[in-house]
Amino acid sequence: MLIRRPPDIPSSEITPERAFLDRRAFIAAAGSAVATLAVPRAVSALVRRGAEASATRQRGDTPTPYADVTTYNNYYEFGTGKDDPAREARDFRPRPWTVEIAGEVARPARYDLDDLLRPHTVQERVYRLRCVEGWSMVVPWRGIPLRDVIGRVQPTPRARFVEFTTLHDPQRMPGQRSGVIAWPYVEGLRMDEAMHPLALLATGLYGRDLPNQNGAPLRLVVPWKYGFKGIKAIVRIRFVREQPETTWALMAPSEYGFYANVNPDVDHPRWSQARERRIGEFLRRPTLPFNGYGEEVAQLYGGMDLRRSF
Amino acid sequence: MKEREGVRGEGPLTPSRQSRTVGRLPRLALLLLCLLPAALMVYDALTGRLAAEPIKDLTHRTGTWGITAITATLAITPLRRLTGWNRLQSYRRMLGLFGFFYIALHFLVYLVLDQFFDWHTIVKDITKRPYITVGFTGLLLMVPLVVTSTRGWVKRLGRRWVALHALVYVTALAGIVHFTWSQKADLYTPTMYGFVLAVLLAARLVPKRRPLVGRGQPG
Repeated sequence: MLIRRPPDIPSSEITPERAFLDRRAFIAAAGSAVATLAVPRAVSALVRRGAEASATRQRGDTPTPYADVTTYNNYYEFGTGKDDPAREARDFRPRPWTVEIAGEVARPARYDLDDLLRPHTVQERVYRLRCVEGWSMVVPWRGIPLRDVIGRVQPTPRARFVEFTTLHDPQRMPGQRSGVIAWPYVEGLRMDEAMHPLALLATGLYGRDLPNQNGAPLRLVVPWKYGFKGIKAIVRIRFVREQPETTWALMAPSEYGFYANVNPDVDHPRWSQARERRIGEFLRRPTLPFNGYGEEVAQLYGGMDLRRSF
Repeated sequence: MKEREGVRGEGPLTPSRQSRTVGRLPRLALLLLCLLPAALMVYDALTGRLAAEPIKDLTHRTGTWGITAITATLAITPLRRLTGWNRLQSYRRMLGLFGFFYIALHFLVYLVLDQFFDWHTIVKDITKRPYITVGFTGLLLMVPLVVTSTRGWVKRLGRRWVALHALVYVTALAGIVHFTWSQKADLYTPTMYGFVLAVLLAARLVPKRRPLVGRGQPG
């Protein structure tokens, strides 16, 4: 099995223009603070600016510790608490597993997961994960580019979107016994988004099989979108003509959109999305447009008003 | 008011030092109980036992204990009426003050740890985000109650004290609304608090029991 890292320069190696500007702002703040003798405010401004500048400078995307990645999960199928999935999914059996390929596709079929994956090369990808709630992680995933699988099952030209569905089995997923959200969980991508090389069907993390609480045995990872797009325990991939009705967008349309691209300029109605707290860090760091993957994906959205299509 | 028995009774029997200590034991126990959540938070923080998002963990825990203490405060009067255990009344102030203590901590965690004095965001939060507006209002409304919680103020204000402290209902309601609106999908816990609050308010609508004498009931 070939495990390969994509040869890209992580954005962390490049000092963004904002950091330079921040440093100037920092000096300016220091100057004006002394001038006005606004001591408490100055102290807080100094500390904040200084810390932010240094956080930006050493914007290392160090992988979040395995323990945090596997105990801090939003996975309502196993409970609404962040620590519920690690506990409640312990005995979940992710094999045998069937994935249905359906809809506008040359050969609709049900595949045993291992058969579906076998022809493809597993890759390792270290991605930032930004949750819509305002926290973020860095996760070393293992998986197969979604486009590889799509290429093999050959959707028809009528396919404009891909819809993903989570397993619905309250026996095995205790969270589904409550009606907190509509089951099963559904997510979707536009076809060009799904074909983007960064979109990954993950089968593992930290070099091992995907833990149950992270969406075993198969989940979606779309690093430039909020985490809830990363649907877990996928049992169906359906190619459709119309935009799929996705779970959170149905649940609270004013708070969660279909696109859900990470965007510091579009606030969630109840909190700002301008900054995020990286798990393990004290101060918030600025959130980057498209979660820092703008260079790769921004062209997908040319001409779109991202404030409307949030 | 019924005279308390044994402890500070009038008459030739001066209460011994020992019995006085015994009388204070429940109060001391309640004090320690109320401090326990805060102590646990400090312990968890110092030993790295908070959740992966420690600040959010502290925010949730201080908020939950605040609304719990406020609910417990409101439960005192109905419970006293129900059980006739008048001593309960003397614990009400401490519970109320702890309600404020935890809600103030809740706000301080937000101010210092969460936003780190980012006044711009804080002002925007309070003015633009309804659940924060409501929560902050609830906190502000507690301030006059805390200030006038001393014996001196109770005496000075007399009847008006009771009227002023009716504000605690508004605070409790604001707390429940804040809690509910802050949730993403799972409304179970705030609904339970709301239910308890509704029961406690309904209990106050039941007319007070008065002695039969003088009620002028038909024979």
